[in-house]
Amino acid sequence: MTGYLLRRCGTSIVVIIGISIFTYLLLHAVYPSPARAVLGSKTSLLAIAQWNREHGFSGSVLDQYWHYTDGVLHGNLGYSFKLNQSVAALFNERWARSAYLSGASLLLSLIIAIPLGIYQAVRRNSVGDNVTTSLAFTAYAMPDFLLYLIAIQVFALSLHALGYEASQSTNLLTVMGDWKDMTLPIVCLALLIVAGYSRYMRSAAMDTLAQDYIKAARAKGLPERLVLYRHLVRNAILPMITLIGLSIPALLAGNLIAETVFNFQGLGLLFYNSLQNEDYPVLLAYTLVGAVLTVVGNLIADIALTIADPRIRLA
Amino acid sequence: MSGTAPSLPPLDITRAPAGGDVGPVQSGWRLGLREFARNRLAVIGLGILAFFVLFSFVGPLIYHQNLVSSDLVLANSAPSGAHLLGTDDQGIDVLGELMKGGQASLEIGFLSAIIAIVVGALYGAVSGLAGGIVDSVLMRVVDVLLSIPFLFVVLIVAVRYGASVLSLSLILGVFTWLVPARLVRGEVLSLKTRDFVSAARTAGAGRWRLINRHLLPNAFSVIIVNVTFNIADAILAVAYLGFLGFGLHFPNYDWGDLLSNGTEYLLDGYWWLIYPAGICIVATVMACNLIGDALRDALDVRVRRR
Repeated sequence: MTGYLLRRCGTSIVVIIGISIFTYLLLHAVYPSPARAVLGSKTSLLAIAQWNREHGFSGSVLDQYWHYTDGVLHGNLGYSFKLNQSVAALFNERWARSAYLSGASLLLSLIIAIPLGIYQAVRRNSVGDNVTTSLAFTAYAMPDFLLYLIAIQVFALSLHALGYEASQSTNLLTVMGDWKDMTLPIVCLALLIVAGYSRYMRSAAMDTLAQDYIKAARAKGLPERLVLYRHLVRNAILPMITLIGLSIPALLAGNLIAETVFNFQGLGLLFYNSLQNEDYPVLLAYTLVGAVLTVVGNLIADIALTIADPRIRLA
Repeated sequence: MSGTAPSLPPLDITRAPAGGDVGPVQSGWRLGLREFARNRLAVIGLGILAFFVLFSFVGPLIYHQNLVSSDLVLANSAPSGAHLLGTDDQGIDVLGELMKGGQASLEIGFLSAIIAIVVGALYGAVSGLAGGIVDSVLMRVVDVLLSIPFLFVVLIVAVRYGASVLSLSLILGVFTWLVPARLVRGEVLSLKTRDFVSAARTAGAGRWRLINRHLLPNAFSVIIVNVTFNIADAILAVAYLGFLGFGLHFPNYDWGDLLSNGTEYLLDGYWWLIYPAGICIVATVMACNLIGDALRDALDVRVRRR
């Protein structure tokens, strides 16, 4: 077990180093130096060279990469010259709101997707399964923003039941309390996640249903309810742990669209605004953070799976 | 095919010695094809996809409309005999725009999927065949790229270098070859220990010939399933780019651009600017997903219905 953990952490570190090389090279390619933007278009080449030397934008690519990595390791994710603020400070202001949106919709989607997938597997090819499967397929094929806009049209603008814009408060507690404005973003995002997750849950439950221990549990006369709770659910939700880890990039992309549509001041909206300003330090820093989150998420998912499933005992 | 353990059929003495009564030999492909045709959803999906290909590429030859110059007198007019799906805010015919937009969407979908599959299959085959340290290094590269949220990078590159059908296909292809590479590598790892590969090697087949003639054709079922999902993902990704404002530049546009233009008129009740484009995207993406699911069921012997 310890050996497996060490090896698994080792590969994660290698992958994170690879990610830092990739994001650095991309940043270097699209945005070699902010000197001209900072100093103005009439600056002499000498001043630019000096500015580059002072801020780690001169020397070989290797030197510059080292300067970049050194900064990142010390919590310096770069500097947004467009907003005149450090990227770390920008992220600090906003990450909690994005985490709340992602966390709440992920939780809600699991609460819906797990029972739904099991229901679909148990009542396979019934009317209920066919209807929910078609709905899931439709939502899965739908561009996120189309669902959001239809929901805004129906629930906010026609029925006046919910807000058309997410909470604008900077205080997380106020945001959480503002259910009227937060319901649409959270529920819509959750429904889109459900579309994917319920399919996995359905096939995992179908695989489990075909196992002999289910047959044995039924044969010994266990009520169907207990067969489902004790034997099916516990085994069938194991693949979901891995799936959550794997879907982090998709969740971040989902946040990007949702925050843009609902004007929610999180990291996704910051990314969108930075795209329009061509503020590359912010863009690349968020890409780096997202990728590292994915690696760490996968690592946690793998470890959680070995704890949750005693059959997995890796040397 | 039965679900029970393989058992010998009861010996039929009257027929066995005759020797001539052998059923037609059915290749795996033909079995797969029959399985696919039996899946009604898949056939519907194929029909939908074929319809949209004809709609986008043959449609403009039949349905002539002025798609170039705007006519503001006609702006946002409802569907009528002259304009079957109404006109947009520039007075341009929506049905004609959908046909032209479909060309870009489908071209990007197919092109990026082909790029992804070619690169991914070769990369995976080389990695699986080489094994050892080369394999580890190549697969860590895949791990790195897979952890990076690809929509972010696509957006960054599109903002910096501009978007055309070719550049978007390239960007999307470059970021979607990872899953096929992993799948093909897995397939090659199991194939390369098989006897026919050893036989080919003994006969003097070089590495390139092994990959080309023996490994890739056998991994083809994995590859073809992935193509369909890649097409669907690419069409959606381009729609996101269009919605965020970093998609194709006028006079080129895709379904996503049309849809995001239409959503600006959500409040005005101009449904013909929103729902037709939405239906095109959803139907095409869903058709690709249905075909992919059915192909996987049909070609993957392990999950083939018994």
